[in-house]
Formats: sequence, C-alpha cells, structure tokens
Amino acid sequence: MQDELVKVKDLHFSRGDKAIFSGVNLTLRKGKITAILGPSGTGKTTLLHLLGGQLQPSKGSIEVFGQPLAGLGRKSLFELRSRMGVLFQSGALFTDMSVFDNVAFPLRVHTNLPASMIKDLVLIKLEAVGLRGARDLMPAELSGGMARRVALARAVALDPELLMYDEPFAGQDPISMGVLVQLVQRLNKALGLTSIIVSHDLAETFSIADYAYILAEGRVIAEGTPAELEASLQADVRQFIGGLADGPVAFNYPAVSFADDLFAQEESSYA
Amino acid sequence: MRNQRWIEVSVGAFMLLGLAALLFLAFKVSGLAQTSERNGFEVQACFGDIGGLKPRSRVTLAGVTVGRVAAINLDHQWFEACVTMQLEDSLVNKLSKDTAAAIQTSGLLGDNYISLTPGIDEAWLAQGDTLKDTQSALILEQLVNQFISNSTRD
Amino acid sequence: MLDWLASLGRYGLNLTSAFGRSGVFIFQSLAGLPKTSEAFTLWLRQIYSVGVLSLIIILVAGLFIGMVLALQGYTILVDFGAEQALGQMVALSLTRELAPVVAALLFAGRAGSALTAEIGLMKATEQLASLEMIGVDPLRRIIAPRLLAGFVALPILTIIFTFVGVWGGWLVGVDWLGVDEGAFWSNMQSSVSFQADVLNGVIKSLVFALVVTWIAVFQGYDLVPTSEGISLATTRTVVYSSLAVLGLDFVLTALMFSNL
Repeated sequence: MQDELVKVKDLHFSRGDKAIFSGVNLTLRKGKITAILGPSGTGKTTLLHLLGGQLQPSKGSIEVFGQPLAGLGRKSLFELRSRMGVLFQSGALFTDMSVFDNVAFPLRVHTNLPASMIKDLVLIKLEAVGLRGARDLMPAELSGGMARRVALARAVALDPELLMYDEPFAGQDPISMGVLVQLVQRLNKALGLTSIIVSHDLAETFSIADYAYILAEGRVIAEGTPAELEASLQADVRQFIGGLADGPVAFNYPAVSFADDLFAQEESSYA
Repeated sequence: MRNQRWIEVSVGAFMLLGLAALLFLAFKVSGLAQTSERNGFEVQACFGDIGGLKPRSRVTLAGVTVGRVAAINLDHQWFEACVTMQLEDSLVNKLSKDTAAAIQTSGLLGDNYISLTPGIDEAWLAQGDTLKDTQSALILEQLVNQFISNSTRD
Repeated sequence: MLDWLASLGRYGLNLTSAFGRSGVFIFQSLAGLPKTSEAFTLWLRQIYSVGVLSLIIILVAGLFIGMVLALQGYTILVDFGAEQALGQMVALSLTRELAPVVAALLFAGRAGSALTAEIGLMKATEQLASLEMIGVDPLRRIIAPRLLAGFVALPILTIIFTFVGVWGGWLVGVDWLGVDEGAFWSNMQSSVSFQADVLNGVIKSLVFALVVTWIAVFQGYDLVPTSEGISLATTRTVVYSSLAVLGLDFVLTALMFSNL
C-alpha cells in the first residue's frame, strides 16, 4: 500500500542475554500520529534507534520509506536519515553551539544554501516553536521545556517526512507540556509529517494520537485508535490505562517465593 | 565558549611558541649550526684499539672541535678498528696528508675523542683519504697493570 | 580452578574484542576525513582545548623539573669536579626521556581525561545519536578532529616542555649555582645531537600522542552512558594511557638509544 511509511515485521532484538523485542509488528501510516505506549523498560527508545538504523535487529525486517534498512550501506543510511527527524528525550542539543547554530546545523550539513537563506529558515523554525528571541542563548541557559522546543525546531529544520519523538512529555511542567502537545499536533498538520510518539504519558499522547500500539514484555499487546483502547476489556490493557498496581504486568521483579527466600538463610551467601 | 577569533589567535601563538622552542633546541641546545654535519669531508684512520670511542665522538684539532666520528668498522684483514671521521668543510686543502690522529681521553674519566695533529707534508688531505700515523687509546687499566708489574720487579 | 580459567578466558576475549573495536573505530574516524574549511575550524578549536589549555601546566612542570634536575645534578657532579657537564646532563635527560614522558603523562591527565568526559557526556545526552540521526557521522565530526588535534598538540607541548626545562636548568645552574655559562652551553651543544636526541624525543612524543589520544577518545566513545560510566572511563583513560606511555617509552628507548 502507498500510505504505509514504516513497516516493522516480526522484529526481534536482544541486548546481551535479555530479549527486548520478540516479534513486534508495526505499521505507520502517512500523515498520521502513531503512539507507541508501554511501561518503562520495554525498549521504546531502542525501537527508535532500530528505526533510525543505529541498531540492527537480530531477526525480522524494518522498512522505512519502502526501503528495507537491513543491508544499507553507511552512505545510503545517512541519506535516508536526512529524511527523518528525531526529538530525543534529553533534547540532545549540541552544547557547544548557540540555539541558532543548533537549528542551522542540519541545514548547513545537508544543503548549500546561502547564509541569508539559512538565517531565514532558522528564524521560521524558531518562530514556529516560539523561541525566535532566544536564538543567541547557549543550550545551558535554556530550561528543559525550552531546550526540547529548540530540539524540535532542529528536528524539523530539514522538513523531514518522518518525525520520531522520544518521551516528548516526560518531566515537563503542565504549561510546557500543553505547549508541546499543541506544537506536535500543529507541526504534524502544517508540515504533512508522519509522527511516532514513544511515551508513557497516556492522557497527552491519546489526545493527539490517531493510532496507538501498547508494548509490554517485548510484544504488542494491543493496538487501535485511542477510543478503541480506552474501551478495551483486555486485562493488561486495562491495567496500563487505568494505572493499576495489580494485574497481569507484574510489579515485582521475578523472584522465588517470599517464604522460601526468608527461610533459606542457612545456605545463603548473605549470612 | 570563547569566540573564534580568540581561538585562532591563541592556537597560532601556541604553534609559533612550539616552533620557536624547536629552533632553540636546534641551535642553542644541540648546536646544529656550528657542526653543520651535512657537508664536510670524510677521512679514515685505523687504530689497534679505540677504547671507548663511539660514533658521534668529537674530533679535535688543537682542542677545537672540527668534526665527528661518523662510523666505526672492524677491518677483517688486520683486525683493526677503522674509524670514519667527518671533518668541517673549512679544512679542505688545509690539512697535510701526514696528519696524525690520536685517541685521547678528556680528563681522567671522561669521553674518548680523536685529536688531530697536522704534519709537514705539502700534499693536502681530501675526501676518502686514510690517515697513516695513528695512536691507539690509552687504556687506564693497562697502564696501571704495567706500572704495578714494573714496580714489583724492582 | 575451572571458574578461574573461564573468567581468564572471558577477560581475554573481552580484551581482544575491545582492541578490535578500537581499531575499527580509529580506522573509521580517520578514513574519510572531511577536507572542508569547517573541518579545519573544528580542528583548530580542538587544538585550542587540548593544546593551549594544557600549556600552563606544561610550562610550570617543565620549569620546575629543569630546575630540580640542575640542582640534583649539580650536587652529584660537583663531587667529581664535573659540574661543567651540567648543561649536557640537563639537556640530554630532558630531550631523551623526561620531556616526552612527563609531558605525555600530564597531557593524559589534563587533556585526555577531559576528552573522555566530554565525549562521554555527549554520548550520555544523546548528542552523538542525534548527530547520527541528522545524517552526520559523529566519528568524523566529533572524533576525528579530536584525534588529529591530539596528534599535533602533544609534540608541540613536548618541545615547549624541553625548552622551558633547559631554561630552568640554566637558571639554577648558571644564574644561581655559578656554573660557567660558556661551559654549560658548549658541553650541551657538543653532546646533544639534533637528529639523535631532539628529533628522537619528538618522535617519541608523537607516538605517545597517538596512544594517549586514541585511548582517551575511544574510552569516551565506548563508555556506558551513565554518570558512573563516565567517571569510570575517565579514570581508565588516565590509568591506561599512563601505563601505555611508560611501557612504550621503554620499548622506544631500547630501539632508539641502545646502539649509542
């Protein structure tokens, strides 16, 4: 189909002995905001690294823009990446450059535009995130929310087709959270982007997502539109959406039974 | 972050300082200019015993350093040590063919060096010539031994 | 016993793979150096941060080591009536050994650890990943200029160290202890050879520069991106590069000076 921008099939990935993904299938449609939800530690960030080709899956295939990532050379991979933007969790602004230079960086690397045009483009992007006045500040002088908005301006500097957000709402005060939510939605519409939001902030993500996947223990446990998911009766989905401690997703780290642990002291190495 | 101009200027100054220090090491510390090891001419001399003479040892004339030992080889016919010396250019056509070479020691315990003494011949030394009149190194231990054996015989 | 063997084997394998990774790493960084004016600017900036900023410590250390060398040398040489040879002693020990080694050790502590921490921080704050996603190879953009700057900066620092050390020796020997100035310089000049001593010292420092910067940059790039990982890697940079410098110094000395 034409409108499938990203296709992930039967993805397996493990770090050391720990399996992070075991058979994940995802499809991202053009022009939509897709959310990937899940409890912490389910490898949501790893998924973005896999989509960007920074990590290689141990099994399964990933297709971006209709091109399989596996077996791409370094050069064509970098070319492919220039069509994607990523907003990292920490913002990942280059600490040795001003806000202006940070946003101008992708333009300077990938285009041969004259300085005056780069300046105009950067100012447009900064205006879009409301930080045109902060162009001469250094990243260290920005608040967390501002840094993330600058990073967003940088991520869209090249007008990418695919934009990935890594926990865009984590650790934000309510005001900057609201600003970011609006920005994400507006950018998606205005630029005709396809967005992936990786997050565990349910309410904010559901308010803008067109489609959502819930990941847990290395696989997709549910997918659908936010409305469908909210109405789901599946136990583990209910637990995640309702924020319940008890449920199929264990709160305790796997261990032997508590009683066995307490009475096994004689042989244990703690004694 | 300092501005670009400051960085350029300070890196430039840093490199100039390094270059100045290198020149200082070249001329003042290693005396590159005076010995001018590049040009010059080579003469040979064979000794029965060179003692502690090494490549790069000094060659002097009347106490003034006029060259260096370039190489030392063993002569397989007479089992002598043949020393190749590199002498200053300014001495071309100034030293007579019968110039004598002696290995001496600076001070009692110091380095060995070759001391040249000009002769009276009217032909001049040239590149590749061999000095005939040579005097081997004095080995302190041998002298002491001789002295002791002499004195005990008396 | 079997456990011990197994852990030894695992350690060996890890070590070998780290060597392999660092080899691939340096090859990739240096393989496709960009030849733009921007690369030159980046390089200049790194020379500033590893070279110019290390200058003070090199100057002070060089001066004091030269002065101490002259003081100690004088007290020993004067017993043999050979204090004329002071200049020779100071200059030879500086050019051949002390300047390359001490400058490299100080460089590892001052610039090497800073390099590791800086790159580690970039990794921890996802700046490296973000460069990659923008479509810029961090090996070329971040690593290569730092490697090249280290290669250039340390030899220059070593030469400056020697210069300041000789000057410090002169200050103590001639100015303070009253060694004859002419004898000081002429003995130095007659015994120090530019090729054999000065240039060999510079070659040594070039080798040290390669090793120290390589270790520092690789430790930064390869670390676990947490605050604990960064502090661990910084320590490792200083320890590994100091050991490497001292070990290599022996090998190089044996190669260069054993036939003199």
